[in-house]
Amino acid sequence: MKIIILGAGQVGAGLAVSLARENYDISVVDHDESRLRQLQDRVDIQGVGGHAAHPPTLLRAGIEDADMIVAVTSSDEVNMVACQIAYSLYNTPTRIARVRAAEYLETPNLFTREHIPIDLLISPEQLVTDHIYHLIEYPGALQVLDFADGQAQMVAIRAASDSPMVGHPLRAVAEQMPAGVETRVVALFRGEQAVIPEGDTVIEADDLVFFLAARRDIPRVMNELCRNVAPIKRVMLAGGGNIGERLAVKLGGDYHVKLIERSTERAKVIAEHLEHAIVLVGDCADSELLRDEGIDRIDIYCALTNDDEANILSSMVAKRLGAKKVVTIVNRPVYADLVEGQQIDVAVSPRQITIGALFARMRRGNVVRVHSLRRGAAEAIEAEAKGDAGTSRVVGRAIAEIELPPGATIGGIVRGEKVLMAHRQTTIEPGDHVIILATEKRHIHDLEHLFEVSATYV
Amino acid sequence: MNPNLLCRLLSLLLLLAGVLQFLPALIAWVYDDSSFTTFILSGSGLLLIGAAAWWPARRVRIDLRLRDGFLVVALSWIVIGLAGALPIVMLKVPQVGVVDAIFESVSGLTTTGATVLIGLEAMPPGLLFHRALLQWLGGMGIVVLAVAVLPMLRIGGLQLYRAEMPGPVKDSKLTPRIADTAKALWTIYFSLTLLCMLAYHVAGMSWFDAVTHAFTTLSTGGYSNYDASIAHFQSLLIELIAIVFMTLGGINFAIHFLAWRRASLVPYQQDPEVRTYMTLLLVFAAIATAAIVFYGVEPHWPSALRLGLFQAVSTMTSTGYTTAGFYLWPGFLPIFFIFIVFIGGCAGSTGGGMKVIRIMLLYKQAVSEIQRVIHPASAGIIRIGSRAVESRVITAVWGYFFIYVASFAILSVLLNATGLDLETSFSAVATCLTNLGPSLGVAGPHFADLNAVAKSVLVFAMLLGRLEIFTLLVLLTPAYWKDA
Repeated sequence: MKIIILGAGQVGAGLAVSLARENYDISVVDHDESRLRQLQDRVDIQGVGGHAAHPPTLLRAGIEDADMIVAVTSSDEVNMVACQIAYSLYNTPTRIARVRAAEYLETPNLFTREHIPIDLLISPEQLVTDHIYHLIEYPGALQVLDFADGQAQMVAIRAASDSPMVGHPLRAVAEQMPAGVETRVVALFRGEQAVIPEGDTVIEADDLVFFLAARRDIPRVMNELCRNVAPIKRVMLAGGGNIGERLAVKLGGDYHVKLIERSTERAKVIAEHLEHAIVLVGDCADSELLRDEGIDRIDIYCALTNDDEANILSSMVAKRLGAKKVVTIVNRPVYADLVEGQQIDVAVSPRQITIGALFARMRRGNVVRVHSLRRGAAEAIEAEAKGDAGTSRVVGRAIAEIELPPGATIGGIVRGEKVLMAHRQTTIEPGDHVIILATEKRHIHDLEHLFEVSATYV
Repeated sequence: MNPNLLCRLLSLLLLLAGVLQFLPALIAWVYDDSSFTTFILSGSGLLLIGAAAWWPARRVRIDLRLRDGFLVVALSWIVIGLAGALPIVMLKVPQVGVVDAIFESVSGLTTTGATVLIGLEAMPPGLLFHRALLQWLGGMGIVVLAVAVLPMLRIGGLQLYRAEMPGPVKDSKLTPRIADTAKALWTIYFSLTLLCMLAYHVAGMSWFDAVTHAFTTLSTGGYSNYDASIAHFQSLLIELIAIVFMTLGGINFAIHFLAWRRASLVPYQQDPEVRTYMTLLLVFAAIATAAIVFYGVEPHWPSALRLGLFQAVSTMTSTGYTTAGFYLWPGFLPIFFIFIVFIGGCAGSTGGGMKVIRIMLLYKQAVSEIQRVIHPASAGIIRIGSRAVESRVITAVWGYFFIYVASFAILSVLLNATGLDLETSFSAVATCLTNLGPSLGVAGPHFADLNAVAKSVLVFAMLLGRLEIFTLLVLLTPAYWKDA
């Protein structure tokens, strides 16, 4: 499959690296040739210099036989026009674009085949906002992933040494849940190592645990797994960019929100949109300001500027001054590995989130959603089981009978309104949304094939 | 550089070289000549050595670093050059020494075409085929071939490709994957060779001559099965076919690829380098023709045009076929042909020399400097076609130009020091550095009479020219080996 990526920025380059390693044919277009050269030195891709929306550039990148175009340049307009050109002139089957401006996104009728033919819109700000919102919604969670329109969720928590689950086998953890609440641990990371969760696997302190449950059960499960975590009331957001503003709007009146913005003009604009939050003008690393605003009573501090270093440093200051939990946007994976779990509770990578969202579309075989875990080390996949016992390799079979590729486990099933945890004898029915965790990325294509409906399969 | 990885890569190339020696063995078997056992022996020997070197390192899985590409490519060329010399040394007819065999093999592989063999008509067909095959493999690059056919080189293939491909901008790929690019290049190369072979056969060559000459035409190598080269055939049609395919061999294969994929001739017309290349060919042919008439070598215009056009195309593309001994021609003609080969073919072609694009860049830079004298505030942007060239590329070309001239000077002095006369030493270095083949002076008819030291220097010059200097010279710098 041939994919053209427009823009070799953080998302474009990251996507190119991940996809090229999975044997896709990748061409990357950017006007900055030195950036392309660096990228070509690292992975086997074709770099094409030039304006991303100009037909001659696209031709040089081989758009005529491309299966997909992913427009992630820094300009919304270039991305949109490139998709339009790919559709109108070259009939490129799939077109994905990143569009940031909410003004465009609020008019969904725009992005239809008759107007601007984009199949999938990616809005990193929206994705990051939702991601952080989940973290505030569930204190203690490090990552929250939605499946089947949010009916089921997968939550990552760090097993603190005083947590009731530490030292117990997973079977016991499932049994201690209150009646009517079902959950299942689907993945376990010990350090960098992925551990396949079995019934008798014992949870150790500092393990990263991913569990799956129905959305309405999540608070109760969280309550059982990590006691002593108080709900969040006071939130401080540092940085009044798009993410800061959207997050403040989303948090609304349910929380006490304080937002710090450096520029007076920008602060004025945000303040007009925000009914409940208090907008402060100042430097987010100014300890006096933080103290005056009661940082020691803040439940969660979120550093949301677009500068990695500023985010990390201001979060460290906030933590030292007494913020209970700090969440930081960090784009560089190296930084994220360095600080997460030590000085900073959660490092959120917009790049990784965006790439994860793009990946969902790359996957074939009825895969509906893909989430990337541990910065791409593993993937949580939601696939729809289609066909019947004759044409599908999953439908009509008990989970124990399905031949999964190595490293993959079925975590649960969403059947209509119900969320079922996977048991060995659970039978997959047509229309089920199956949630799978894959820790070995090289076998992911096998997983895709598993969910393909084939007329010839007997 | 990890020695195990190097061992693994080189042994794979040795295996490839060993397998390829069974082809001349097959020819020798068909023609029932004396070289059959030699090629079987040397081919099996190479396979054995290759396998022995490969076995201990077979499990090595390490990525090639950027700088490792140079070492691997340079060593591959040396190793394959030596492997090609093995059967030549072992042959009873002709009886040649080790240095001569290496010279012949490297001259083939680098598509130079300078020969130490006299009386080619009497040589076993197996050997003639072996020489032509070496040239054909060296034309598009044996490492590029390895990248195309060996899946294990998929990772790090670009580093190798870059160290072997001629031209100033080395990272242009035709397809997203380097292995596919290498495959596309070899497919085009193979198809053009096939076409050339059929044309030669239709024009009257025997199948054997058609195959070997097609090999040495497309690779712009210039080995022939006859001492008199193309003049042996005395056929206008064959000369015209040779002119067409030598010209094609001197064009960037990326342009062939575009023309093939779009099924149109427009890419040739649009590419500024190809246009300059064609213009230069015509201008040089015209100058040569006029001089041939002027000096009375051939007073009739049509015959002079036939001689001039063929010789201009053959030398500028660095092929080195001859239809007349131009080293005996009067006036400026001999030195003229030696000078035009310095321009050479296009980047990414099988042609030698400094490449048309570099000359264009140097020329444009010079013009822009003159312009700067008149308009001190001019932006000084160099354009090729409608696109500005990065200043980095231009500085690199200037550096290349300096080293090229310096190598030429130093090697000429060295050759002169071995006792050769001035004309011979300068022209021999020029012809080897540009991978042309024919020379002037003592080396005019062939290189057999040169001393062994001179031949060794020329072997180095040929490798230097084919690998575009940097690939080989970078290995001789201490900085390359520090923290390696």
